[in-house]
This record gives sequence, structure tokens and C-alpha cells, in this order.
Amino acid sequence: MNMEGILALTGWGGLRWVGPVELFERGPVWLRDWAVGWLPEGAKVWAEGLIPAVAVLAVFGLLFGLATVAERKLLGRIQNRPGPNRVGPYGWLQFAADGVKMLTKEDVVPRSADRVLHFLAPIVMLAPVALSLAVIPYGRDLVAADPRCGLLFFFAVGSAAEVAAFMAGWSSRNKYSLLGAMRAIAQMISYELPLVLSALTVVMMAGSLSLVEIVEAQSGYWWGVIPRWHVMTPWGLAGLLLFMAAAAAASNRAPFDLPEGESEIIGGFMTEYSGFKYAIFFMGEYFGMFAVSGLAVTLFLGGWQAPLAVLEAAPSYGWFFLKLGVMIAWFIWVRGTLPRLRVDHLLNFGWKYLLPLGALNLLVAMVWRGLGGWAFPGAGAVRWLACLAMIGLPAILWGRLLMRSRGWGPRVYRYAS
Amino acid sequence: MSVEGAGLIRGFIETGRNLVGSYVDPRRWVTVQYPEERRATPENSRVYPFLVYDGADPEEGLRCVSCKICEKECPPQCIYIVPAQDERGRPRKHPAIFDIDISVCMSCQICVEVCPFDSIKMDQAYAWDREDRFGGLLLHKADLARPNRYYRELHPAEARVVDEHLARERELRESGVRAAVRASLPGSGEPGGGT
Amino acid sequence: MLRRLVHCALCWTLSMAGVAGLYILAGAEFLGLAQLIVYVGAVAILIVFAILLTQRRELLSIERLTAGSWVTGVAVAGLVAGCLWIGLAYTRGLGGAGGASGGPALETRELGELLMGRYVVAFEVAGLVLTVALIGAVILALPFEQPREASGRRADRPAAGEGWDARRQGGQGA
Ligand code: SF4
Ligand code: SF4
Repeated sequence: MNMEGILALTGWGGLRWVGPVELFERGPVWLRDWAVGWLPEGAKVWAEGLIPAVAVLAVFGLLFGLATVAERKLLGRIQNRPGPNRVGPYGWLQFAADGVKMLTKEDVVPRSADRVLHFLAPIVMLAPVALSLAVIPYGRDLVAADPRCGLLFFFAVGSAAEVAAFMAGWSSRNKYSLLGAMRAIAQMISYELPLVLSALTVVMMAGSLSLVEIVEAQSGYWWGVIPRWHVMTPWGLAGLLLFMAAAAAASNRAPFDLPEGESEIIGGFMTEYSGFKYAIFFMGEYFGMFAVSGLAVTLFLGGWQAPLAVLEAAPSYGWFFLKLGVMIAWFIWVRGTLPRLRVDHLLNFGWKYLLPLGALNLLVAMVWRGLGGWAFPGAGAVRWLACLAMIGLPAILWGRLLMRSRGWGPRVYRYAS
Repeated sequence: MSVEGAGLIRGFIETGRNLVGSYVDPRRWVTVQYPEERRATPENSRVYPFLVYDGADPEEGLRCVSCKICEKECPPQCIYIVPAQDERGRPRKHPAIFDIDISVCMSCQICVEVCPFDSIKMDQAYAWDREDRFGGLLLHKADLARPNRYYRELHPAEARVVDEHLARERELRESGVRAAVRASLPGSGEPGGGT
Repeated sequence: MLRRLVHCALCWTLSMAGVAGLYILAGAEFLGLAQLIVYVGAVAILIVFAILLTQRRELLSIERLTAGSWVTGVAVAGLVAGCLWIGLAYTRGLGGAGGASGGPALETRELGELLMGRYVVAFEVAGLVLTVALIGAVILALPFEQPREASGRRADRPAAGEGWDARRQGGQGA
């Protein structure tokens, strides 16, 4: 019982005194219980599923809007210009204006398009991505669904994006759309492997496919100061880097945004989309970015865990969204810095560099665990450096080898002659 | 090849410096806040043509003699001229209609180059947003007429040459040595005050 | 009835997703999700790519559906439905839609232990077959060296329609 606490209605459990920490931490759950409590018995089970779903969609819908503005503002700053600054305070309501514009735009469907597939493609793109947001633990008590195979669920529903890209590209009856779809699919399939491999490393170390348990496996601190996040281990650091590289490609973000390379193939599989359908694709892409960023936070950055024990007073979901914001800012920074890759570079990078390193990282994680028994003084540092060298040196040497063997020269188009 | 990733890191530092720097120091900005702030247009910039008039009356003072050379030379054919007629039905040296469709005009300045009377020049006004994209962008004689003063402001150096040239023309015409001039400049096509 | 092969492929994808849903409802979460990854994520794409790369246009869509094809379709659908019905009628209680509670749920860990223990030989053999297939695909996709004397080959371009294949064989034979 906290004396300077406040009176709160803890769900239908009744009134009692709670401290501000508990209020913020548990507040969303109480709110849900309270709302569900009003309903008749039969509707409760539905409401308990529906409320988290609506909450997740609302939060991420808002985040989508803010992220589009933030992206444009930061990209602008990176290019020494102010970015959108007209609508609302400092331009932060730009997304509302964009939304109205998108909604009121004419919806053009090519005459020879396959109307049904053309209509379905954006939905097939957005729905699975929204589903994958369900398994990410946003806070200590905030997870929409915690299946035993949460991580597998994430990748399973994500695989529908390839089908959606194909549907969009094929149904548009436009060669640019189809080329874009081909690129998108090739890229998604190629980069799913390193993505899954680096996630698999975490699964192996945490011993669970459930994202909630993976976060819990990262709780605690070394010497009371360094959080036991996976990124603090050599394999976790390498895994995060691999994961982020693969995630950028899997969510079609720059520098891997070839599927919609405006300069070559107009808009890729989105060429023939306009108005609200285009907005949905756009939304799917951002949701995808949020989902992989959230997964990266969950797998490597300790999820909702606070970085220091004293900071645990702040609500856990606050930490999660802070980390998510950092991830999004990182994606934006990358987009503002790196030029777009060429298709063959992209595939070579995925298959010849990320994939072997991902497999190697799995091995490094095993060695890390195997060396856990060392007990002589300084064992921790030696173990750390040894594992880092095991993944770092091959990364550098293999990269050099690939660079050297690439050979500069005119490109040969084998089938175009 | 030096240290791995050094180029990448240098790139990230550069963009990061821009990101922070543009908040700290607005002088880094490469853009201006357009409607409030405007950049001066360079002297030689050009957008669409306008018609020059001397004196105070934009109708009678037009230099254009309706010779239709510009109409014929305009590559996209966006000039339309109908000469004025006097009471006996003979053409006057004055346009009754002079239209330019600036939705077609490609700002090539050929009309300016070919006009023998220095009566059509390039404007620098670029904000041509109109509600009506057909009628609103079809400029008539009255919309096109601008005083010579305006031309001097837009293109000072060029206007000085033109003014000097026209003044000399007038002087020569008034001193009655036109014939001598013509003899001294065989076939040069020197734009004069007409015949 | 669908006339375009691509539609058929996409419908097949949908039905595979449905099967995955059935697995999940039956409590086999891991299997269902793996089914989604493998069939929706990979095999469906493989199929549509195969369709896109098919050269013979007449295979891609059916112009007219004959009475025979209707009969066959309805018959097959009836047969499948009948089998399902019989199967369902004689099965008692899969645990209902609750899934995890009643079904013969297998923990992912147990599944892994079974695959790595009792069925390790079958598992490894399947893996070997897949690896061989992967290596074969890589070899097929390797750039074949264009021999020097073959540079004049460009003149006799293979006839349209079989270009890709013919050139490939020519390149490998040379
Ligand atoms: S060339 Fe000059 S004088 Fe002749 S019609 Fe055109 S503007 Fe008028
Ligand atoms: S600038 Fe060129 S296009 Fe425009 S009116 Fe003059 S001649 Fe025609």
C-alpha cells in the first residue's frame, strides 16, 4: 500500500490505493477489464480479443501517421531543408492532410486489370502485417496474443506479403508492375533467410519461440548496470546488425527499396494503384517496418525491459516504444544516407554475405553458450572477445574476398542479346 | 581499401551532421519558405513573353506592328494575331487581337529573337496558378501589355541596349538621313522604323 | 470455375492457408505455421513463377468450359466433401475449437526432439535430398562459359518460343 498513491478502480476488483508506478504499468489492463466488465457474459470473450486488436491498430495507425511526417522531416533535415512545416504545429498534422488527399483521390483501375485481384492485393498486403503486430509484447502485461510459437507466427503471416506483391503486380497488367513484383518477391524470399537465421539464434539461446518468454530471458543486469539484453553479447550484436540489414530488405526500405525503384520501374507493383489503395500499400509498408523494428527490439534489445534497474519505474511500454522510435529513426537515417543498390548487388549481398554470416552467427552463439562454464578471472572478457573475433574476423575477411573477386567491368546481360 | 565500413560511417556522420546542423544553423538551409520568402530571379531568367508599350497607354503605346513574324516562328504555334483595321478596312500597324496560350508556350524566346520591333520580351513572373486551366492560361493583349519601365526593371542590361538602339533609330528618322543609312547598311536587315 | 491458371494457383494458396488454419485449430500450432511458411510463402510463389515462365499461352487460360469439365469438377468436389464427411462423422472430439486444450497437441520442443531423435534418419535424408536439389539449382543457374569459337553463334538465333531452352542447351553443349 503506497501512501502517496492515488485511488484507482482496479478493474472490477474494486477500489484500492495504488502507486503511480503500478497505475501506469497496469492501467491499460485495468481499463480493458473495466470495459469488458460492462458486457454480457457471451460478449466478453469477443471483447477481450477485440479490445487489444483495436488498441494495437489505433496505436500503430497513429504511429504510422506520425512516422510518415517524422520521416519526411528527418529526411528533409538530412538534406538541409526543413521538411513539411505547414499543416498544424510544426507540420505534425501533415499526415491528416495527406490522408484526406489520399481518400478523396480518384481510384484508377486499368481497364485490362484483373479487378478482383487488383482490389484484394492491398488487403492481402496489410492484413498479415497487422496480424504480426499481435504477437509482439509491448509491455509487461501488454501483448495481444502470446501463442507458443509467437516468432513462427510472425514469420508465417509475414510470408503472405509475397503473395500480395505478386497479386498486385500480376493483376495490374503492367510490365513495370510485374517487374516490380518479381523484384519484390525475389528480394523478400532471399532476405527472409538471413532474417529468420538471426532470429533463430535468439530462439536457440532463449530456448523458446514465444516472444514473451524471449523478453523475459533478457531480464536482469550484469553487475547491476549492464542489462542482459542479447545485443550485449557478441552474437547478439552481430545478430542485430544482420537482422537490421535483412529487415530493411524484407520491409522494402531503402537502401533495398528496389521493388519500387522510381527511377527504373516507376513504382514497382504499386504503379497502377492510386488513392486509398495506394495508401493501404503504403500503410502496409510502414506497418511492416514497425513490425520488424518491434521484433528487433524484442529479440535483441530487451523488449520492454528498462536499461537500468532504477529506470524500471517508468512504464514498460514506454521503454518499448522508445526503443521502437530509435529503430524507426535508424531506418530513416539509413534511408537518408545510403544510395539504392542494384538488383544483382542486392541478391549477392543477401545470399553470399548475410546468409553465411547468419549461419556462422548461430555457431558463435553455440560457442558462447559452451564457453559459459569458464570461471578463471577475466573469463567474461576473454569469452566476449573470442566470440566477437569469431564472427567479426570472418565478416571482414569474407567481405574483402567478395569485393576482390567481384571484378569491375561492363555487365554482361546473358539473356538480353 | 582501408578500415571496413569507414566509408559507411563517414556517410552516416555527414548526414547526421546535416540533420543536427540544420536545426542549429538555419543558414544551412538550401530552400526558402516560398510564399513568404522569395528568391530574386536572375536577370536572364525567362518564363513567358509579354508585350512592351511606350508611353502611358497600354493599348495605343504597343510597339507591336502586327507583322505576325513571331506568330509564324513560334515553334508550338501558341501566338495568335489579328491585325487591326482602319475605317476603310485596310490593316493598321497594330494588333486587334494578340493572344498567347501559355499552357502551350515552351519559353523558347524565339518570338523575342525574331521580332524586328523589340516589342515582345520575356517576362519573369512564374506563378501562373489559375482556376481555369484553359481560359485562365490564354493571355490576351491586355494581360500581356507591360510598360517599358517594367522591361527595364526585369532585364536592365538588355533594356539599355534596346533603348539606345531605338533612340538612335528615332534620331535618324527625324534627321531625315534614312536613305543614307540604308545605303550604308546593305541588306543588313537592321530593324528600323519601318518604311 | 476459374479459367485462369493464376487464379487457380492463388486459390490453391488460399486453401493451403485454410489447411494451416485447421492444423492450428487442431492444436498443432507449429505444424500449421510451418505449413503457412512453406506453402504460402514458398511453394505458392514457386507455382506462380512457373506459370509466369510458361511459354505456351494456351495452357494459361481455358477458353471454354465444356460440360465434361463441369461434371468432373463437381464429381471431384463431391468426392472430397464425402470423404471429409465420413471422416468427420466417425471421429469423436478433437477438442473443439479450443485447440490447445484437447487436441493431441505436441510441444514444439517435443517435436524437435522427435525429429532429432527417433526420426533423425528420415529427417536427415529429407534434408539431404533438399540440399542436393539446391545444389542442382545453383549449378543450373551458374553462368556457363561462352567458348571463344561460339561467338559466331549469335547469328543463328534460336526460333522464338524455344529461345531460352535452346540457347541454354547450346551453351552447355558447347
Ligand atoms: S514580331 Fe513583334 S511586331 Fe511582329 S507581330 Fe510579333 S510582336 Fe508584333
Ligand atoms: S517563347 Fe517560344 S513558344 Fe513561347 S510564344 Fe515565344 S516563340 Fe512561342
